[in-house]
Amino acid sequence: MSARQLVTSTERLQRLLALVPYVMSRRSVGLAETAAAFGVSERELVDDLNLLWCVELRAPEPYCPIDLSYEGGEIVVSQAESIDRPLRLAVDEASALLVALRMLAEVPGLEDRSALSRLIAKLEAAAGEAASASAQVAVQVDAPAGGAEGLAARIRAALDAGRRIHLRYYVPGRDEATERDVDPMRLLVVEGRTYLEGWCRRAEGVRLFRLDRVLDLAVLDAPASPPPSAEPVDVDQGLFRPSPGDVLVQLELSAEGRWVAEYYPCQEVTELPDGRLRVVLRTPDTGWVRRLALRLGEEGRVVAPASLVAEVRDAAAAALANYVH
Amino acid sequence: MSRRKTERLLGLVVCLLSTRRYLTADQIRRAVPGYPEQDDLFKRMFERDKEDLRELGVPLETGVNHPFDEDPGYRIRRQAYELPELRLEADEAAVLGLAARVWGHAELAGAAAGALLKLRAAGIDSGDERSPAVPHGVEPRLGRPEPAFGPLWQAVRDRRPVTFSYRAAGRSEPQRRELEPWGVVNRHGRWYVAGWDRGRAATRVFRLGRIAGPVRFCGPAGSVSVPEGADVRELVRDWDSSPPPDRTAVLKLRSGKGVGLRRHAVSVQPGAGGWDVVTTRFADPGWFADYTASFGADVVVLDPPDLRDAVIARLKGALA
Repeated sequence: MSARQLVTSTERLQRLLALVPYVMSRRSVGLAETAAAFGVSERELVDDLNLLWCVELRAPEPYCPIDLSYEGGEIVVSQAESIDRPLRLAVDEASALLVALRMLAEVPGLEDRSALSRLIAKLEAAAGEAASASAQVAVQVDAPAGGAEGLAARIRAALDAGRRIHLRYYVPGRDEATERDVDPMRLLVVEGRTYLEGWCRRAEGVRLFRLDRVLDLAVLDAPASPPPSAEPVDVDQGLFRPSPGDVLVQLELSAEGRWVAEYYPCQEVTELPDGRLRVVLRTPDTGWVRRLALRLGEEGRVVAPASLVAEVRDAAAAALANYVH
Repeated sequence: MSRRKTERLLGLVVCLLSTRRYLTADQIRRAVPGYPEQDDLFKRMFERDKEDLRELGVPLETGVNHPFDEDPGYRIRRQAYELPELRLEADEAAVLGLAARVWGHAELAGAAAGALLKLRAAGIDSGDERSPAVPHGVEPRLGRPEPAFGPLWQAVRDRRPVTFSYRAAGRSEPQRRELEPWGVVNRHGRWYVAGWDRGRAATRVFRLGRIAGPVRFCGPAGSVSVPEGADVRELVRDWDSSPPPDRTAVLKLRSGKGVGLRRHAVSVQPGAGGWDVVTTRFADPGWFADYTASFGADVVVLDPPDLRDAVIARLKGALA
């Protein structure tokens, strides 16, 4: 957990109700381990334990329902009355897990889905009614036509065997089929697309390859050996990484061209009259923006940098010249 | 955070779980420390506490012990409260952690973490992720958070109608829509909501990213009924998918260029002067004209004429 957030009374209650069964189901458990499991400091945990120990009911007879100790850093709950089991899963909780598990079961290239389906069935049963809402949320993993399942399975096999891969890979921004050797690191499914993450020996860096752009793939005999410096991409931060060498491109889009702002990560989006938009994109390579401008036609135009404006005009003029005979 | 409130709520839960009989508000006030003396203050505080517990998912029951009892009482049935017994095999527990990570920073990440904590509290240890059941090196994530997801998920969950302002593709002005939501679907990394559009009196699909401004509830919980057999996945798939390519285009491509167009070509014939003649199929002439234009001077459309005209129009637009 990054910034310490203000915890509400009900959030703390939730933690306390989980803490008692957590300890009881393990008979005894260390303070440090428990604090880590609950994402709190040991001091906060001790305060939680004291609070639990202090609970008293006054009627009909006064008594303290919870008895516990944490001597020597080991927590033991000797009596917990009625809260020795965790609270049922709430609708949101059951849905979050079930939707995620069903999505996992769709990930291409998994040969063994039996643990997943058994777990889904058990959670559905345990969640009971709370599971029913999860049927109203679905995640479909993009399985592009043309053997993505086969590609993913071969990449998984290469990952398991620790072997290098040879890729023929399409780069649309340059309209090129490239050849490269890649030491595979992970198979990622992010924002509905499947990617191979690996150490590209040609670029000498960690690269992501979209499976729907793989033209051909061969698993080589050579072992995969990504250098120790090869850092996996932190997928929770998004796949788009700005870099200091990026060019800032400004585009003006008509209402028909607004999809550009949905499709590409924009640094800035400004609403203009009549449903038009001004967007600023960062990119290390403007080739694909030139292509984008050609396909947009009058639905969008590059405003800056001036060199790219000229490039688009030249490319359009050269293309039109093909039709003048 | 108020420690006293946490103590009081905890006392209330333990008290109501320990009783088989319904306890009246008065009996509860006597048993649970921390409630004020004055009746009106107590009443207000007790009402809020009940609401807080229900929001946490604590199944608070109301009833009477005897038909002649005047005041209603409260209790929590252990069976309704407790997570049922759950035993997981090592390989099942091993995939739990991966599942909880799927949400990343997206909307239900907190709920996934909460679920995991309850399972741990039930004695389940997230298993060893090196288990063969956990796909080695596979790391799936949902996309970026979308502001409209939270309220729409609540609406779907609680069966409530919503209203929002929506900018359909290509429209210059957003329009107000009223929707009975049936479900939310993530397809190709984008979130959609499908349901009954009251204004259009028809089934409609909306992309969450095109919702402008807040989503508001416009009816009580439980007032939306999802028709039997409505399949939101299918609705979104139909809305999003393109028709089969039933038209043929003949293009001239500079040799070695237009790799993207060649990928799906039906045939490629080497032609004269460094050009190949490529035959390919397409469905939507608008989309295909856009795509073809993006290859600039490396492609010339020979046929059909409407595609050729559309590409020329795009290029003229880019030149202007």
